[in-house]
Amino acid sequence: MPEILDRARAQVLSTGRGLDEAAILEVLKTPDEDLPELLQLAHDVRMKWCGPEVEVEGIVSLKTGGCPEDCHFCSQSGLFASPVRSVWLDIPSLVEAARQTAATGATEFCIVAAVRGPDKRLMDQMREGVKAIKAAVDIQVAASLGMLTQEQVDELVEMGVHRYNHNLETCRSFFPNVVTTHSWEERWGTLKMVRDSGMEVCCGGILGLGETIEQRAEFAAQLAELDPHEVPMNFLNPRPGTPLGDQPVVEGKDALRAIAAFRLAMPKTILRYAGGREITLGDLGTRDGLLGGINAVIVGNYLTTLGRPATDDLALLEDLKMPVKALSATL
Amino acid sequence: MFCDRCGEDAAQGDHAACAAARELEPPRFCPQCRRRMKVQVVPTGWTASCVEHGTRTS
Ligand code: SF4
Ligand SMILES: [Zn+2]
Ligand SMILES: [Zn+2]
Repeated sequence: MPEILDRARAQVLSTGRGLDEAAILEVLKTPDEDLPELLQLAHDVRMKWCGPEVEVEGIVSLKTGGCPEDCHFCSQSGLFASPVRSVWLDIPSLVEAARQTAATGATEFCIVAAVRGPDKRLMDQMREGVKAIKAAVDIQVAASLGMLTQEQVDELVEMGVHRYNHNLETCRSFFPNVVTTHSWEERWGTLKMVRDSGMEVCCGGILGLGETIEQRAEFAAQLAELDPHEVPMNFLNPRPGTPLGDQPVVEGKDALRAIAAFRLAMPKTILRYAGGREITLGDLGTRDGLLGGINAVIVGNYLTTLGRPATDDLALLEDLKMPVKALSATL
Repeated sequence: MFCDRCGEDAAQGDHAACAAARELEPPRFCPQCRRRMKVQVVPTGWTASCVEHGTRTS
């Protein structure tokens, strides 16, 4: 076994303390022949520090497209020639989406808007929407509405939003290559406010934006410093019309190495499969990731693209004998 | 007729990659008039509307 895996086992598995940036980089360089062993170690760490349960979530776009920001991977930026048009979801459809999500056994429903940050119209929609969901559906509500002011943080807490997603997307050193209309530090600022408010922090990003593996290690270390409750891992699904539309997709084995490395960096976080896994990993790889550090999934469709049917993921979890986390366990 | 993914003439060029991508994407262009449609994705499906040619659902 490679020496780094021995060290990781001694440190992370035994003490629950995550790897530092240099060690994460070593893990990301694990040769193919040692990949099964790496995944097994990441799985052992997940089982020891998180347990066998898997958190299931559904997400929906409340406001799609027309975003003024220029995140180069995003089909919802209004600045690119993407075919995605601006559209708002009405409240009855939002509640119905929450209902369908809950019917899969999911405990989390995340409401997302393509904005720099919320305006009054969006906050009003949120207030009405969260209230309607809470009156009709047994599910926890999370939100992802871009950068917030302190007043907006307070309002979301008051509405009963229990977790806030705001992705750093990539490491600090690579961020200016991906986004020019706002800074990594501005995102960090929102995350700090969310943390201090008592809401759970959900923060991850996208792999395959053109970052080096050194920068992947940097990103994992920066996330570990933030110590989020949940880390969603996306793999770039190159979108037509965006600046990254022709970027190659992450290779399956590199994606699995990254999953394991993120788990070894953050032994206790909820590490969630988010967008792009269908393309990068396929069915077999999806299974490998769940046995290599992942302990949460987004089921069903994404914001502008489709996922595999929720029933496929639920059948896989059953097959792997990984129980879906129940609502009572999260309240 | 137009390709509902890329919006180009469906009879010209190869749209095999578009068809493959459409397995995991909703349509974006109206196949009848190639207007960009208003598309809403929800966890269990999608609806796509053309102002001229109506709404399609998954
Ligand atoms: S802020 Fe969000 S919606 Fe807007 S372009 Fe960036 S990733 Fe897309
Ligand atoms: Zn096409
Ligand atoms: Zn039309």
